Amino acid sequence: MAKNHHPTPMLDELENGPWPSFISGIKSLRDKHPDDRIQGISNDLLGQLEHSYETRKGYWKGGTVSVFGYGSGIIPRFSEVGNAFPNSKEFHTVRVQPPAGNFYTTDMLRKLANSWEKYGSGLVTFHGQTGNAMFIGVNTENTQKFFDEINEYGFDLGGAGPCVRTGMSCVGAARCEQSCANEQRIHRTLLNRFTDDVHRPSLPYKFKFKVSGCPNDCVNAIERSDFAVIGTWRDAMKIDQAKVKEFIQEKGRAEVIDNVTTRCPTRCMTLHDDDTLEVDDKNCVRCMHCLNVMHTALSPGDDRGVSILLGGKRTLKIGDLMGTVIVPFMKLDTDEDYAQLTELAENIIDFWAENGLEHERCGEMIERIGLMNFLKELGIDADPNMINHPRQSSYVRLDGFDEAAEEHLRRKMEQRQQATATASH
Amino acid sequence: MAQAQEMRSPIESGCPDGFQYMHPVMRRNFGMWDHHAHPAPGVLYHESESGEGIWTVRAGTQRILDVFTLRKLCDIGDQYGDGYVRFTTRSNIEYMVDAEAKVAPLVKALEDAGFVVGGTQNSIAMISHTQGWLHCDIPGTDASGVVKAMMDELIDEFRNTNMPNRVHMTTSCCQINCGGQGDIAINVQHTKPPKINHDLVANVCERPSVVARCPVAAIRPAVVNGKPSLEVDEQKCMCCGACFPPCPPMQINDPEHTKLSIWVGGNHSNARGKPTFQKLVASGIPNNPPRWPEATAIVKRILKTYQEDGKDWERMNDWIERIGWPEFFSKTGLPFTRYHVDNWRGARNSLNASTHIRQ
Ligand code: HEM
Ligand code: SF4
Ligand code: SF4
Ligand code: SF4
Ligand code: SF4
Repeated sequence: MAKNHHPTPMLDELENGPWPSFISGIKSLRDKHPDDRIQGISNDLLGQLEHSYETRKGYWKGGTVSVFGYGSGIIPRFSEVGNAFPNSKEFHTVRVQPPAGNFYTTDMLRKLANSWEKYGSGLVTFHGQTGNAMFIGVNTENTQKFFDEINEYGFDLGGAGPCVRTGMSCVGAARCEQSCANEQRIHRTLLNRFTDDVHRPSLPYKFKFKVSGCPNDCVNAIERSDFAVIGTWRDAMKIDQAKVKEFIQEKGRAEVIDNVTTRCPTRCMTLHDDDTLEVDDKNCVRCMHCLNVMHTALSPGDDRGVSILLGGKRTLKIGDLMGTVIVPFMKLDTDEDYAQLTELAENIIDFWAENGLEHERCGEMIERIGLMNFLKELGIDADPNMINHPRQSSYVRLDGFDEAAEEHLRRKMEQRQQATATASH
Repeated sequence: MAQAQEMRSPIESGCPDGFQYMHPVMRRNFGMWDHHAHPAPGVLYHESESGEGIWTVRAGTQRILDVFTLRKLCDIGDQYGDGYVRFTTRSNIEYMVDAEAKVAPLVKALEDAGFVVGGTQNSIAMISHTQGWLHCDIPGTDASGVVKAMMDELIDEFRNTNMPNRVHMTTSCCQINCGGQGDIAINVQHTKPPKINHDLVANVCERPSVVARCPVAAIRPAVVNGKPSLEVDEQKCMCCGACFPPCPPMQINDPEHTKLSIWVGGNHSNARGKPTFQKLVASGIPNNPPRWPEATAIVKRILKTYQEDGKDWERMNDWIERIGWPEFFSKTGLPFTRYHVDNWRGARNSLNASTHIRQ
């Protein structure tokens, strides 16, 4: 097939080397795909990409494309050099929500591939950094058709623009012994409560949920999400002393001392002379280090729940922010527990929707108004777990201090009463 | 057309149920996992309290998958695996199988087909990356190409587990940095203020929201050649490019002056220390397609120093915290300049207010 291919001398260099080449992949669509439409798209896409490589500039611009009934989920792309590369001049991305933990059967992947091949470019990424399955390259007309087809068998669009975005969760309880949470349920409960806010952007800016089953935080929830849910536990760590001994027999005492006990951030572990390990659970900050190293011997306790951190984001506009603690511990067992979680998210999003400036992330709003004011507005009690240390500056107005102190003491008493009441049941 | 075509209403199903796609062993043992083992690089074994076990084989791909490659991955999953897969946050594919005997043929099939088995434990994991010239509307560089060129050089470290701890790398093709935090991040860094096409601003840009977007208030409305436009205080502008997405006539990308910077020590995990953000260590690196050799050379130098000097379990940030920044710059031979000294808000917290100095 001597077709008129755009020459791609620079991209060809990316076919060298041992790592799988996306250029070879796009070329295989150009050269071997039975559908002329896909051949044409691939050829022009390669042409435009080569042009970018040669001029060191991008040539896509945005626009407005959506599917019927939704205001988001499609990243519109129109080429600025569409005359030279007409077959890929409309090249939108369809963002599709994967299940929590990114599970698929090969049957489902084939089904998605078949649908995509019918309407799109044949290029797909599992997944974008936000967490969407990204179907890259479809024209405006086919966007609706592709969506209609995959929507019929259970897939829905993710967010784009100022809205609740697609969530992301670690593999967690499905295959990880560190997990202290049901990521599947948390993820779906939260995301599917806000489906309307995913599809119809009307918030100040993006809002992301991410769920990690333990403080290893494999999905970077603290650094990359507005609302991070992280599994943890509050009773004693479980220690299998026989397995501790096995570990020492296999790796030596020095290994435990150098790589476990002395690396504990709160120095709360002791290795006794008889090779038993003791943890001062009151001082363990649940960092996970010792459990990572000695995962056969150590495991999280049984009284499990989650910590919630709020306000993580990347650079724009005020600089990177990590999420900060808003709920130190919360049980997530019963339907009521889950209802409380959703209610918290609702209250936060509502307050931010009311008070956030245009293009201001939730964390930036909190930075602007101060966490102490945010807590007051949301009726959340201040907790020393929310801070690294108390205020250092005396430049603050404290005439409400006595009241707040009384309230704190009253609340403490109530909590104690409640605890004794439930204990005597 | 007499009648407008009836539009189909979407089924707002949101996030689908994950259990339907899980391997039955994972479904049965959800929340019951007891421990794991690492029989070989790229292979994991997890055992449940029930005694059942599951093997996982992880492989790196080109991430931008054409349907042929996707089907090839599915064929391998059907022929050598159990038909159940998942993708990691770094876009590797994982095959779950219920018997050890299936592992070796699966690994072989993947390698024979050109995929790369690895990326587990103390390896250099797949570089998580973004869109770049292939698909984004604001990129200063490509993403998939940078990653392909670097992974070609780091492939042995992906296949092996010879680093002190795992290494997560990221790239970002604009200063928005959707690549995120990493032990090493290779990010675009613009070095000149945007060049404004004043003829287009009035038609294309919503001027007040562009003014509001600038982190340092460097943009103001102006009339240029009799047309409403915008101007930039070039003394204030720190070239972040935040004005470009809402106002494409404020072109920030520049074939010559858009450079790459390298950042290290971002760590998402709470293990040992609290999570950390990455820090600038190198800049002024040419944005040099198609293979970006200068950036790769610096990355390799940092990795080699870390590999030789880091202790077991030290992530990049742990290692640097132990040896100190002066030693980091001395060991890697990277120049330290006044530009490494932060002056953004909160910068004072990054200064040394003590005599803790390694003399
Ligand atoms: C027109 C402009 C933009 C486009 C086309 C764009 C595109 C993207 C894409 C394609 C992704 C990853 C893919 C996915 O969703 O699965 C992403 C992620 C991301 N974007 Fe944007 N983006 C734009 C503007 C911005 C802006 C203005 C910010 C400002 C902070 C931003 C911050 C991020 C971040 C932090 C991520 C990573 C998210 C995460 O880790 O969860 N983006 N963006
Ligand atoms: S975050 Fe924790 S529970 Fe989730 S996959 Fe990572 S180690 Fe496992
Ligand atoms: S989890 Fe972390 S803080 Fe707790 S005992 Fe282990 S190392 Fe120490
Ligand atoms: S890093 Fe910037 S240029 Fe690259 S994909 Fe993200 S938004 Fe686009
Ligand atoms: S590049 Fe950044 S600092 Fe410069 S004018 Fe634009 S938004 Fe402001």
